[in-house]
Amino acid sequence: MANATTKQHKMVSYSKYGYMFIAPFFIIYALFMFYPLINTIRLSFFGNQGFSTKGLNKFVGLENYANLLFGGDSAFAQSNHDLFISSIGNTFILWIGNFVVQLVLSLLLAVWFSDVRIKTPGNGFFKVVMYMPNIITAASVAAIFLMIFNDSGYGALNSFLVGAGITNEPIMFVSNEWSARIIVMMVQTWMWFGNTMLLLMSGIFGIDPSIYEAAAIDGSSGPSTFFRITMPILKPIFIYVVITSLIGGLQMFDIPYMLHTGRANNINPALRTVAVYVYERFTTGGVRNYGLSAAASVILFIITLILGMVINKFNTDSTAPKKKRKKG
Amino acid sequence: MADSYNQSNKAYRRSLMTHSIIRLIVCIILTIICLFPIYVIVTNATRTNSEIIDSGIGFFSGALGKNWDTITNPEVYGGFFASSFRLWDGYRNSLIIAGCSTILTVFFSGMTAYGLVVYDFKGKKFAMNFILAVMMVPMQVVSTGFLQFMIQINLYGGPQAYIALILPSIAAPAVVFYMLQYMRSSFPLEIVEAARIDGCGEFRTFMQIALPIFKPAFAVQAIFAFVTSWNNFYTPSMLLGTADTSLKTMPMMVQTVLLADKLSDYGARYLVVTLSILPVVVIYLILSKFIIKGVALGAVKG
Repeated sequence: MANATTKQHKMVSYSKYGYMFIAPFFIIYALFMFYPLINTIRLSFFGNQGFSTKGLNKFVGLENYANLLFGGDSAFAQSNHDLFISSIGNTFILWIGNFVVQLVLSLLLAVWFSDVRIKTPGNGFFKVVMYMPNIITAASVAAIFLMIFNDSGYGALNSFLVGAGITNEPIMFVSNEWSARIIVMMVQTWMWFGNTMLLLMSGIFGIDPSIYEAAAIDGSSGPSTFFRITMPILKPIFIYVVITSLIGGLQMFDIPYMLHTGRANNINPALRTVAVYVYERFTTGGVRNYGLSAAASVILFIITLILGMVINKFNTDSTAPKKKRKKG
Repeated sequence: MADSYNQSNKAYRRSLMTHSIIRLIVCIILTIICLFPIYVIVTNATRTNSEIIDSGIGFFSGALGKNWDTITNPEVYGGFFASSFRLWDGYRNSLIIAGCSTILTVFFSGMTAYGLVVYDFKGKKFAMNFILAVMMVPMQVVSTGFLQFMIQINLYGGPQAYIALILPSIAAPAVVFYMLQYMRSSFPLEIVEAARIDGCGEFRTFMQIALPIFKPAFAVQAIFAFVTSWNNFYTPSMLLGTADTSLKTMPMMVQTVLLADKLSDYGARYLVVTLSILPVVVIYLILSKFIIKGVALGAVKG
């Protein structure tokens, strides 16, 4: 009895330390992430044209959302509506364009590198090389590709093409709509396929090898082993990869923002993603407006959440519901 | 019979060989694609402006010293590089921010995970679920509210902005998540009991007994935290965009040089980009084994 009470007493006194150990995390998180999130939602209901809080600050309700989504009578609202809608389109084009290629390539390589039957020589070296682009500063990556694809005759590719006599005039790789988009998709794929490959590989390594042995004995061919064994077991990791890529892709900023020549606000309209639009609204370069930038980021957040939940639906929709359907 | 077995075995082996070779060729092509842009940048950093204008893709040349002089000597180009691209300031600032962030991230993530694993308290489950749920909330979504709040409390546009860049790294949900997994698999709770019996204080137990056990997990997460922070362009440019050049980070310096379209010394520009990626590439090549292993374990990125 006495023992029990002291134990009880000790439990209570120790739980205090638990709070102490996790307190810094939660205090800092509340201050630098959670409050800013609430603050963003709050600001999206205000018409704030000033850079400081002392500026014009009046409650406008859903006006910012209405301006962004449906436009308005004023030229200001209309231009922001156009910019925002095109930025959503750009974001999806750039994300899907890089993601599909990236996923196919990563999946193929992940299957190859984890194949016990057919060894790819030097796969340790290849993994190191293929992950390397991911480690390089995105700003420098943008710089690298900007210098290679530069519109002027000084761009590495253009000077090479002109020098070799393939074209007479430098090609406007960075200013044209689609070539610029393709460059961004390419750069994103270049940067991220190694990362995706390693994630998928860790999933494949988790699969029990005896399943593959059994499949081989039963005479399963390569493609059918892949679609009937690897893919179903890999599904949770696959969905994780899709969701993280969705979140990252919809926030795409560095490469599209920096891939242009000339001054800071000289952004190629075809590369203006939502994150770039948001950034432009609150930095000194563009027309500053917290209300619009906050509303735009809230809309982006909601889109991301909805898509994330839709993709996650595929995760639970496996064997269990099927059995139920059969029963019923 | 034996002969036909050998025959089919040979055919089987041959098919394996061809597959292997096809894969090797694809991998070599991808390797070239991965390394080619880096090759162009590094070689052009050693070439003169006129060589680059002649042909943008070529071999190493001997102008590295001259390009180095261009970006470091305040007399060249009216001091453009010396005033708006400051190599050493960029390295120093990025190192301060990335270094401090890394230490805070791994230490406090370890501490949070330790608190969640070792102690029982009310709301522990909620705390864990919260960390899992917010793991994927990206910075871009909260940036407007973040920036406005930082301006309000005056952590903006000057050296004080460093606080706003470093302090938030205490709360790194993805790293906490990783540490939790690690601790559950390889931290015996009996050690804590034993330390208590020996009269060791709770905090001292964490510092002197738990931390050394977490070293491997710390190492992996430290590499990622450092590289992520070093490469971050978004938050620093948001908070330091209007600040003095001497306070800007390396990625911001690169952007400055990129935007200076009047400056047509391409050799110097390529050298700037080469120098900006040099530290992370060196770190990567030295620690690639840990990094490759660590990617799948704790990275939550797009």
